[in-house]
Amino acid sequence: MSNDVSNQMNTSRRNFLTKAGTTAGAAVVAPGVFLTTPAAAKPADEPVDIERRWGILIDTAKCDDCSDCVTACKIENGWGSANPVEEESSPEQQAQWIRKVGLKNKSTGHVLSLPLMCQHCETAPCVDVCPTGASFKRADGIVLVDKHICIGCRYCMMACPYKARSFIHETITDQKPWAPRGKGTVESCTMCVHRVDEGKIPACVEACKADNHNAMFFGDLNDENSVISQELEKHGGEQVRADLELNTGVRYRGI
Amino acid sequence: MRHPTVMRTVLRTLLAMLLALPLAAFGGEALPFSELSMSEPQRQFSETQECVQPEEEMRRNHMEYILHQRDETVHKGIRTRVYALEECINCHATRVEETGEYVRADDPRHFCAACHTYASVKIDCFQCHADVPVRESTLNTGNNSVPKDEIHGLAAELQQMLAAEGKP
Repeated sequence: MSNDVSNQMNTSRRNFLTKAGTTAGAAVVAPGVFLTTPAAAKPADEPVDIERRWGILIDTAKCDDCSDCVTACKIENGWGSANPVEEESSPEQQAQWIRKVGLKNKSTGHVLSLPLMCQHCETAPCVDVCPTGASFKRADGIVLVDKHICIGCRYCMMACPYKARSFIHETITDQKPWAPRGKGTVESCTMCVHRVDEGKIPACVEACKADNHNAMFFGDLNDENSVISQELEKHGGEQVRADLELNTGVRYRGI
Repeated sequence: MRHPTVMRTVLRTLLAMLLALPLAAFGGEALPFSELSMSEPQRQFSETQECVQPEEEMRRNHMEYILHQRDETVHKGIRTRVYALEECINCHATRVEETGEYVRADDPRHFCAACHTYASVKIDCFQCHADVPVRESTLNTGNNSVPKDEIHGLAAELQQMLAAEGKP
């Protein structure tokens, strides 16, 4: 883990730590030598940069009927059954940040199940069509909705080939402070941006690991030494609807 | 009576009487505004730690600080806690004395609602954001803590920006 972290380190972070070391004294013995394991988190006051691109790899061979990732997402972000207000909505209108999808190959009868959420496209159609600039891609590749400027027109929902976005129809209360959501705006998977910024992994990936399924990998696609990049290099990973050439941040194996 | 000066005098007297009416009704002591009471912030910070800015500055410009922080956080992923709305709520939450529960944003006793109801300024923060504390404040702990002189540094920077935009 510590190797992984030091490999991920970019120049600005190294500079920050070196500087912090000279002021704090005890943290660093010499540049690059750490007494404590450095957290993977960027400093809270630093903006995200394009040196990283976060991605998720999903191995469908290890994914079965379990829906722990969906449950974890609901609890973490306070949507669906985690927020009783929404139970009044009709099923077609209920929020779905992540859902389990079953696929069946008609010729072989082979059935597989996979979680489908926002694919965090490099060239995201939702960002293209947004009339207000509310739908945007962060420097590190995470596609988000700025609900402060979302007018709820739902163009992005129409544009998304993965049906990844939901519109909030109900007046919402008891939101999580780290995942604000309210009536009249569009929402989708945020790749748990609040956790990622703190150096943690998304809730779905954590739940998948916790239950020892290990079907999901999260990491930096730009870092060739990260687990996700090495997995992709060794065994590959396809995009859903690769023909659309969206260069998705979420990749699947075995589809 | 048609003389303009006379007319003006009559109008002025009438106006003065009208203005004096509410004063007469309240005996000149209890004005309608006297019912406004501010909720006292729960001191979840240490005794030495005041609000992130002086009171008069926060009363006038709190919205600018929150707005600035909002864009920094959503678009750039800057997650410093000093001007985070969540930390405002953590500190300024009001509890109902009898039940010990926090009052919600639609209750006039809520710290934000106390002024905003009075001033008739509608805020939509709490259509999306949590209006009561959910998790412990991280303002003064962990890697989110900002030394006090640095708070002033950040605040000074923001004030310069505001000045450049021609805002008080």
